[in-house]
Amino acid sequence: MRNIFRTQKKLNRSLPVNIMLFIILALFGAFMALPLIYAINNAFKPLDEIFIFPPRFFVINPTMDNFYDLVSLMGNSWVPLTRYIANTLLITIIGTVGHILLASAAAYPLAKHRFFGSKILFSIVVLSLMFSAHVTAIPNYMVMSWLGWINTHASIIIPSLAFPLGLFLMKQFMEQIPDALIEAAKIDGATEYRIFWSIIMPNVKPAWLTLMILQFPALWGSDGGSFIYSENLKTLHYALGQIIQGGIARAGVGAAVALLLMIVPITLFIISQSSVMQTMATSGMKD
Amino acid sequence: MLRIKKEFHRSKHYYLLMSPYMIIFFLFTVIPVVLSFGLSFFYFNMLEFPRFVGWQNYARLFLNDDIFMIALKNTLLFAVITGPVSYIACFIFAWIINELSPKVRAFMTLIFYAPSISGNVFFIWLIIFSGDSYGYLNGFLMKAGFILEPIQWLLDEKYILAIVMIVQLWLSLGTSFLAFIAGLQTIDKTLVEAGAVDGIKNRWQELWYITLPSMRPQLMFGAVMQITASFAVADISIALAGFPSVNYAAHTVVTHLMDYGTIRFEMGYASAIATVLFFLMIGSNKLTQRLLRRVGE
Repeated sequence: MRNIFRTQKKLNRSLPVNIMLFIILALFGAFMALPLIYAINNAFKPLDEIFIFPPRFFVINPTMDNFYDLVSLMGNSWVPLTRYIANTLLITIIGTVGHILLASAAAYPLAKHRFFGSKILFSIVVLSLMFSAHVTAIPNYMVMSWLGWINTHASIIIPSLAFPLGLFLMKQFMEQIPDALIEAAKIDGATEYRIFWSIIMPNVKPAWLTLMILQFPALWGSDGGSFIYSENLKTLHYALGQIIQGGIARAGVGAAVALLLMIVPITLFIISQSSVMQTMATSGMKD
Repeated sequence: MLRIKKEFHRSKHYYLLMSPYMIIFFLFTVIPVVLSFGLSFFYFNMLEFPRFVGWQNYARLFLNDDIFMIALKNTLLFAVITGPVSYIACFIFAWIINELSPKVRAFMTLIFYAPSISGNVFFIWLIIFSGDSYGYLNGFLMKAGFILEPIQWLLDEKYILAIVMIVQLWLSLGTSFLAFIAGLQTIDKTLVEAGAVDGIKNRWQELWYITLPSMRPQLMFGAVMQITASFAVADISIALAGFPSVNYAAHTVVTHLMDYGTIRFEMGYASAIATVLFFLMIGSNKLTQRLLRRVGE
């Protein structure tokens, strides 16, 4: 039990309370993890195990059938499944990379310089963290149709580039970079763009990954919303919805697709966890 | 005038760096809020030219729309239950996880954070709460002998709101949870030692007098995240309870907004709903921030 907790002797800590707290954590951890473990199990169940009574949590005879069925379904559908995958990848990759670039470029002046309007701009961004995108859904549709972006991927990608949380976290993180670095570069004759690109950007790598972790799942789980109508522009998430609605015959394939959808963002988080934690430490809001 | 011009000239690079982000931000966030506010005073059905109706939309919303009252009641329930519960859960779990050794900490963080980024796998919960005997909860309860026949979990007014809340909580250990874990790790160790010298006897006192006050900025940030999320419940309700849900039992302000905006095309009325939602969210955020300033006093 001791080695689960930090090894050095700490102040004000007693073993019984430690154990109690760890039991609480383990119980809730089980509640959090069970649906995910279940999703993994389901993807490898043959159809008769998915519809067994009484239902079983763990798979007994694991099989790859669901994944094979998925591949054959890919071949026969009106829009090949690869098309949905390509659409999802396009939206998430452009949306995430673009968001990191734009939010960083906007965060640097706000974090390191004072100029006319900088304070008010940042308070508007903080204020926009306090309401959700639903508030703007209706006028957004009008703005989209005015721009002529209805039924294009741009309607999903472009608004996501200016996600306010990304700018907020990036600015908070950039404030830690010592001013002396920027001053030195200025004396050496670097332009502001040069400073941003060669000094600031390499120093905020952890924050890039954090913005990626926040932006990626949001776009990855997008189903095209009210902007995309053409079947050949729709996303994998939308296709999954269609497969699940296929009922009993498609239940196994649905479980396989759900697993694939789930694994990608979680894997990304595992890879970038330590950097994300570093950025989050600076996420605080001043009163 | 000349001074302003000079000032602009001096900082033109900054404006240029910020412009791509800010143009999109204004186009899709700031301007729409203003538009929504303005549009809420008009009757607009996307076909005819908007007609000015003054406060009529608001009058209808608050005095003549029973469904909106249900939606408002449910949304406020989410705000007072799932908001604070998820906020406190984020903190408590982060606080316990912070005591663990690094490897276990990383693993536990992943376990708690994974659902919030798992790409909306609501469908798992659909199978768990499925209304036939193949549903996991029904199967378990029937096998154990608690019930004799399956319960229609997702079609029963009694249960549906509670189920949506449970799933919402399951998904809500997101950004604020990470912010708390990270914030806990940056607390000044010398503060803790000094506190022990000054007579702090146990971990609970340490939590109240040292940990919480040192984390005030993160606590503020986390509150904003959780409150906004709890007011915005919609997708989960639709995925689990359908749209509209049985007898509007899981209807929220956002689903009400969707109903009028994307189905009935009463854009003026929907904008009035959006404006009310906007002030609800901003108002509760401001109120909470005021309360949080008193932490550790």
